[in-house]
Amino acid sequence: MSEPARKPAAFFSHRHLLGIEGLSAEEITRLLDLSQSYAEQPKDDQRARSLLRGRTVMNLFFENSTRTRTSFELAAKRLGADVINMSVGTSSIKKGETLLDTAMTLNAMRPDVMIVRHPESGAVNLLSQKVDGAVINAGDGRHEHPTQALLDALTIRRRKGKLAGLLVAICGDVLHSRVARSNIHLLTKIGARVRVIAPTTLLPAQIDRMGVEVFTDMRKGLKDVDIVMMLRLQQERMQGAYVPSIREYFHFYGLDYDKLGAAKPDALIMHPGPMNRGVEIDSEVADDINRSVIREQVEMGVAVRMACLDALTRNLTGTNQ
Amino acid sequence: MSERPGSQPTAGAAQRPPKRQTRPLALVNARLVDPAGNRDETGGVLVEDGVIRDLGPQVTRTGLPEGAEVIDCGGDVLCPGLIDMRVQLREPGEEHQETIETGSLAAAAGGVTSMVTLPNTDPIIDDVAGVEFIARRARETKRTKIYCYGALTRSLEGKDLVEMGLLSQSGALGFTDALHAVADAQVMRRALNYARSFGVLVIQHPEEPRLAAGGAMNNGELATRLGLPGIPACAEVMMIERDLHLVRMSGARYHAAHISTAASVEAIRKAKQEGLHVTCDTAPPYFSLNENEIGDYRTFAKLSPPLRGEPDRRAVAAAVAEGVIDCIASDHAPYDVESKRVPFAQAAAGIIGLETLLPISLGLYHNRSLSLGNLLKCLTSRPAEILGLPQGRLQRGAPADMTLIDLDRPHRIDVGAFHSKSKNSPYDGRPVQGVVRRTFVDGRQVFEAA
Repeated sequence: MSEPARKPAAFFSHRHLLGIEGLSAEEITRLLDLSQSYAEQPKDDQRARSLLRGRTVMNLFFENSTRTRTSFELAAKRLGADVINMSVGTSSIKKGETLLDTAMTLNAMRPDVMIVRHPESGAVNLLSQKVDGAVINAGDGRHEHPTQALLDALTIRRRKGKLAGLLVAICGDVLHSRVARSNIHLLTKIGARVRVIAPTTLLPAQIDRMGVEVFTDMRKGLKDVDIVMMLRLQQERMQGAYVPSIREYFHFYGLDYDKLGAAKPDALIMHPGPMNRGVEIDSEVADDINRSVIREQVEMGVAVRMACLDALTRNLTGTNQ
Repeated sequence: MSERPGSQPTAGAAQRPPKRQTRPLALVNARLVDPAGNRDETGGVLVEDGVIRDLGPQVTRTGLPEGAEVIDCGGDVLCPGLIDMRVQLREPGEEHQETIETGSLAAAAGGVTSMVTLPNTDPIIDDVAGVEFIARRARETKRTKIYCYGALTRSLEGKDLVEMGLLSQSGALGFTDALHAVADAQVMRRALNYARSFGVLVIQHPEEPRLAAGGAMNNGELATRLGLPGIPACAEVMMIERDLHLVRMSGARYHAAHISTAASVEAIRKAKQEGLHVTCDTAPPYFSLNENEIGDYRTFAKLSPPLRGEPDRRAVAAAVAEGVIDCIASDHAPYDVESKRVPFAQAAAGIIGLETLLPISLGLYHNRSLSLGNLLKCLTSRPAEILGLPQGRLQRGAPADMTLIDLDRPHRIDVGAFHSKSKNSPYDGRPVQGVVRRTFVDGRQVFEAA
């Protein structure tokens, strides 16, 4: 897997993974297939271990994150890469350095892949224009979080055997959610039907133009769905009144067994984490081993990120010796 | 026709006739287009002592005063110099982005002979000393005429009124809180009432500030896809409608800046029909671009008010053609690279406009939205009327501020060649028609195209 003369765009025709919006259904399926193969192989697989040997992967997080950063770190290490973690939120930005200065400084250290999270929509696109390696968007503002959508899709596909034709409900704080946007792009491209369920204050303008059905009544919205995707209520991004109280929010939009009763009996429950128990999801529902696949999502996250690193580094020039 | 201020501005030294000029200047073989005088004919202009002495078909190479300098215009359009009623020059305080010197170079190259600066400098222009500073710097620069607006409230804080009477006497052409709307209805009510006493113009940045708070672009599908917080289009008309009630109470002269939505156009139309002393302008981006220009987070397409959807763009273009929108101003807003090369939501809002004002506006003439005379009216005589300036018209005795335009010449906008210190323009590379050949201020040539 290490021939230097490999042609670019053979497997994945993009230099960066900035979002799901620019991908075709075929590219998404190919990434999911590769992710599936990583999910199946033992975690000490020796062939995989040498795939990114000599490559440098840099985790560049301008926003606090434990799970996503750890997941990327583990994925890169399982492929044999050298991994560097940078939490920029606490260092140079405070000293007045701009995003692009930081990017160019780190770029001078010649990382092969930069994995970037930033609180502003579009910041990762901006950074990707100024660096030499590949960039993976690990979440930018409210815009996109492509690896989360891929891992959600992989989890669904493994449980349901397919994506096309399924009815998926995305519930809660869609307005502030990059996970919701990436999932809407992915699921609609691949032929699933998508509903969004939220109070109108948490729905972005003209969300229906993204090919989804909109519900403000959770029971109606959950009727006959195959998948219930809950979103975290992002209280830290809320300036001003979006919901009057947590009590009222949970009463109408929190997932409990009563509302879940409207969904199909075998409907799966998903959540990108971290969960606010008792806010958007009832604790018992979240822990229901027959319905909740929340832990499996985390597991699939590593496989998906291995696949993304693999796919993008195939396009890089230079050897990995 | 329009209300004139009670007192003509006395500073603005650029208005003094230049003393050194003695040699008469004759511009012959031109297409004279003067919206104020309803003139569109072949002829010439004779200038003596900075003032138009004669104009019309009778001004030719023959019969000129002895020693006159003669310029053959080759049939190109000679019109009054453009009057740009809304620019930011960043001096004093942020001279790394633009100065009165570089701004006046850009203006001259853009065919603009008079411009009015916003008070949002550092320090803010909210006292007589500030107004006199701008007048002195304009005098020293000796190129185009530069006037200023005073702040409407002290420090642009929206609370206490400035000394409108004194500032007006010192030469401030109007009062505005620049990029901020006056949010407090009671303060705005008093400001309009007080302005009425002196007959001075109040200019509003019409945007309901709480509704627009935190927004980075027009609210809608594109904002949703890009994950950017949106500013609802109705934030504009809400503020205009509030102000119109206060204008009705006070009888003041009110001007809404950079109109960008169909609903605002309708509100202004109704107010004019009602007979209120209301005028408005727009800027070229609002009739030539829409929100799609943002594409993949292009910060050069971030403006305030934001670029709107296509139906609003069309409505603004139609309102210019119809005359509901009185003027076109550049809304020149220079920003350095650091202000724009950041994530979209953090980027400064605004674009430079002095050197694209004419070619982008001429697009409306070339696509047959309106006649050349009516277009030039928005850029010359109408702003002059609203501001109470004697220029902006070709007539005997008027200041010889003139722009010579090669109307049809196609070219691509090249921001790299601009005189402005900042280069934040979304128009780079855009094909346009129409080039400024020469610019004259008080009969002095201040620009000639290479």
